[in-house]
Amino acid sequence: MMSEMRRVTAIRNGTVIDHIPAGHALQVIRMLRIDMKRSTPVSLVMNVPSDKISRKDVLKIEDRELNQEELDRLALIAPAASIAIIRNHVVSGKLKVELSGELYNIASCSFSNCITKGAREPLPQRMKVVNDEPLEIRCYYCGKRQNIEELINNII
Amino acid sequence: MGDLVTMDDLSNDEITKILDEAERLVPVAEGTVSLPLLKGKVLANMFFENSTRTRMSFETAMKRMGGEVLNFSSVGTSVSKGETLYDTMQMIDGYADVAAIRHPRQGAAQYSADSVTIPILNAGDGSGNHPTQTMLDLFTIRQAHKKIEDLRVVLVGDLRYGRTVHSLSQALTRFGVSLVLVSPPSLRMPSEIVTDLKNSGCEILETENFKEQLESADVIYMTRIQKERFPDEDEYAKVAGIYKLTSSDLTNVKEKMIVLHPLPRVDEIDASVDKTKHSRYFQQAFNGVPTRMALLCRSLGIIIPEKVK
Repeated sequence: MMSEMRRVTAIRNGTVIDHIPAGHALQVIRMLRIDMKRSTPVSLVMNVPSDKISRKDVLKIEDRELNQEELDRLALIAPAASIAIIRNHVVSGKLKVELSGELYNIASCSFSNCITKGAREPLPQRMKVVNDEPLEIRCYYCGKRQNIEELINNII
Repeated sequence: MGDLVTMDDLSNDEITKILDEAERLVPVAEGTVSLPLLKGKVLANMFFENSTRTRMSFETAMKRMGGEVLNFSSVGTSVSKGETLYDTMQMIDGYADVAAIRHPRQGAAQYSADSVTIPILNAGDGSGNHPTQTMLDLFTIRQAHKKIEDLRVVLVGDLRYGRTVHSLSQALTRFGVSLVLVSPPSLRMPSEIVTDLKNSGCEILETENFKEQLESADVIYMTRIQKERFPDEDEYAKVAGIYKLTSSDLTNVKEKMIVLHPLPRVDEIDASVDKTKHSRYFQQAFNGVPTRMALLCRSLGIIIPEKVK
């Protein structure tokens, strides 16, 4: 495992996100709203062999520690991700992504006639997780089943 | 508390209790018995989309029980000036004790219920749900068959955009019916609803062939193909008038089979059916009054006496 992690330099402070499904690291960057023009250094490793999932991506974000709300966002595309918070080269905390029963203000509904598409309505975007395996998510308001890929594109 | 947005807001026991109460309220709905339990209460009829029966039967239900009604329509109000649903509902929260809302967008009733303190009754949200219609449908079915369990119910027509059949199918499977879904391929029941119906363990059959379902049916529930919900007119033209029921179709049906329709109809039920013993759609429309009386009382926490005289 260590050798995969070392494909890029270890970071001093920040967050390492491991076990992202291969090919999805760029989506994770988007989900975490990392502005590539202004961000602190981000190292990206894609498509490396993994014991847990056959191929994986790894992200290392320097000088930024993820909070729980940001972790919730990851559940949509990287439910098996493991997160390590690094302080002064040492792992100071390990976190797991967990898919909760509701996704609150994470992605907008893809159904064109949903009330959430109403102009200027001051409402939160809410999704219900109906089933974990296979993943089934429906809009809290209109009840429409969401296509997961579309939902990822609709991340707020 | 007191909201009715989807049929999930009512347990089977509650449904049965409300149907029992509605039965007791029939003489009040007919105007032969006075029972002003809703005196001093105000219902806001919030119709952002056209309605005939739902709006009027809510109004009759309220008035027959001594209550008052505020009628709102989105034409000629601040909505046409661009007011949000949220702001409109905040105002109603201060004016009324309970609101019935119909809106062209799906999820509008849930959003309203989350936005205000008064109870919200969903009177139809886009192609979503129409639970008060379902309650009067269940009432009419039970009135004719003395039960809901184990019946064979055939839903016909626009199952994709038809909100009445969305709520009704989900309620029926909770009572263990055998359900037949008849529609053209382009108007099939939405997949998430079919998933839920199948998870209920009930027998579900999806088919395009209407006529072969007639003989085994206990209830035939016709629906209108709704022109206004089609994104394009050509698609509508392909399926318009696809299922029609005439009196000559009823020669080999079960003795007690009933024909229902949420109305309005266009040409899916021929006028020749009206005079047969099977037609119940006008009775069904009347049943909206006692059923909505019972639902209004539930929302307002008002207890209906065991004996109504």
